[in-house]
Amino acid sequence: MRTRDGLALVGGTGVAALLVAAFLRMPAVGEHAHVYRDLVLPAALRANTPNLVSSVNFDLRAFDTLGEETIVAAAVVGVLALLQPPDRRATPPQRGYVLPAVRFSGYLLLPVAVVLGLDVVLHGHLTPGGGFQGGVVLATGWHLLYLSGSYSALQRLRPLAWLEHAEAVATGLYVATGLTGLVVTGGFLANFLPLGRFGSLLSAGTVPLLSVLVGLEVAAGVIVLLSRFLAHGLGHAR
Amino acid sequence: MTLVSGACYGVAGWLLLLGCAGIVRSRHLVHTVVSLSVAQSGTYVLLLAIGYQSGAGAPIVVKGQQLPVVDPTVQALTLTDIVVSATITALLLALTIQIARRHGTVDPDELRALRG
Repeated sequence: MRTRDGLALVGGTGVAALLVAAFLRMPAVGEHAHVYRDLVLPAALRANTPNLVSSVNFDLRAFDTLGEETIVAAAVVGVLALLQPPDRRATPPQRGYVLPAVRFSGYLLLPVAVVLGLDVVLHGHLTPGGGFQGGVVLATGWHLLYLSGSYSALQRLRPLAWLEHAEAVATGLYVATGLTGLVVTGGFLANFLPLGRFGSLLSAGTVPLLSVLVGLEVAAGVIVLLSRFLAHGLGHAR
Repeated sequence: MTLVSGACYGVAGWLLLLGCAGIVRSRHLVHTVVSLSVAQSGTYVLLLAIGYQSGAGAPIVVKGQQLPVVDPTVQALTLTDIVVSATITALLLALTIQIARRHGTVDPDELRALRG
């Protein structure tokens, strides 16, 4: 046993003891007192937002979501800075053998994944979902093309320059929406659009707008991020 | 403390400690990064456990919705947590690739000196 393991064992035991002491004084799981729930529910209903989680993310805590979105943008910028494309322009990656079943299910699931991603983004204020989840579904669903063995098709259908701009523009429009709220109602990221009819697609004011912007940003960001990793793994420039 | 509380809090603490143990005993940087994700997933369990209410419905209001609903605030926090975890994983994996290129090794024990 190395010294480091021994030290970690002592430290871990200490942390475990502290955790147990803390958990013993925490309220039991499943109890009825949820102060924030009692505040969020009427606020979300006033804003005609059936999905309470989206209401928290894009209305009540929209400012925190701006930070969250900026983290994603910063991570993409960080990866782009860290992983410079390799200088040598190696031979284009060879087409490996892909099982026909994998190829078939890839092409079969691609439209399903894209439609599902769009649905999760667009209905984020009505049903489970939202910009972050839908954006990730869109971005990873797009890479089914790669799993199906056609990297060249993925490269053609992946306008990286546009996606980099789309990511930045979506982040900027989020701030612009917040500033519009500031001008119209006096609160940054305040809900200033008409609230519509409860449960309809165009309702809940700025919640679906911000959700779509986040979805665009996350989808574009993740595709750009994965493109750099793929370029590295396959050893070619971009 | 009820059985459910013990299980939820226990799993949360266990995941945290298990992830930390993985980081300490790691012999491969990708393993280190995944261990960090495991440690972080303990916080998801803890947050969701805090917001849970037995017999409550999902925090989506529809016709015939079962009231009360579970706490949506901690669910939103969990979402933030997952986003942060994903971005950190991406950055750390990028750093791992850089280290592998510069030092020719991904074993943390063989990394001795800082090199630009």
